[in-house]
Amino acid sequence: MNRTYELMFIVRPDMADEDLEKLISNLESTVTAAAGSIKSVDRMGKRRLAYVVRKFREGIYILLTIEGAGSVVHELERRLRVTEPVIKFLTVRIDEEQKRLEKIKKLRDAKKKVSAQPAAVAEEAPAAPAAETPATA
Amino acid sequence: MTDETKAPSERPERPAGDGPREFRPSGDRPRFGGGGGRSGPGGPPREGGRKFFRRKKVCKFCTEKIADINYKDYRLLGQFVAESGKIVPRRLTGVCSPHQHRLASAIKQARNIALLPFAGRAS
Repeated sequence: MNRTYELMFIVRPDMADEDLEKLISNLESTVTAAAGSIKSVDRMGKRRLAYVVRKFREGIYILLTIEGAGSVVHELERRLRVTEPVIKFLTVRIDEEQKRLEKIKKLRDAKKKVSAQPAAVAEEAPAAPAAETPATA
Repeated sequence: MTDETKAPSERPERPAGDGPREFRPSGDRPRFGGGGGRSGPGGPPREGGRKFFRRKKVCKFCTEKIADINYKDYRLLGQFVAESGKIVPRRLTGVCSPHQHRLASAIKQARNIALLPFAGRAS
């Protein structure tokens, strides 16, 4: 059962870049070992937290998009919990939401195609007389 | 820094939305509380009968066709969070039921990952 998840986590702000890269590659290997795959890694950078977490007022946000079974998430979360620099994380399943959005998009596109053709005709008609009148006057 | 300065500037709009509450004792139909008479974006007040014209509130997500309400979009969510950190009720914002449902869960997710505060303004 393949599902898509979004995993957002925050690491402490004073973490060095190379340590962060090491952490991310570690997580990647964890995912691939559990028969999952990482679709994207988004480093959102340092941001102020809305409230104090473990005495930190800011943190570095990282967003991973993962494909795999629920066991992948389970293992990842366990690892994040024991990784000391990670101060907060959140996993959200997104495949059903994506499906819903695609459906809406399809519907809207279908509607647009229907409404675009009569609108184009209607636009041409008033444009032609408008162009003529200045020429005659 | 920029979003901090921007966030409070957006906030004062909300008290204006709360305005109709004060009108309620004098208003004859409190259930349809809207944008209030003085802001008047809904047009001129009607003759006779009602004293205060109230604009019918419409769902922001329906009118602007915002399909996904995502926890990462904290600026959008912030418009529906009171200064105290509370989720603003539907009767004040005019959001429709299905969208309010998604909105509420998105706000809760954003709170969890420290994008929005649980209580009070974002520090």
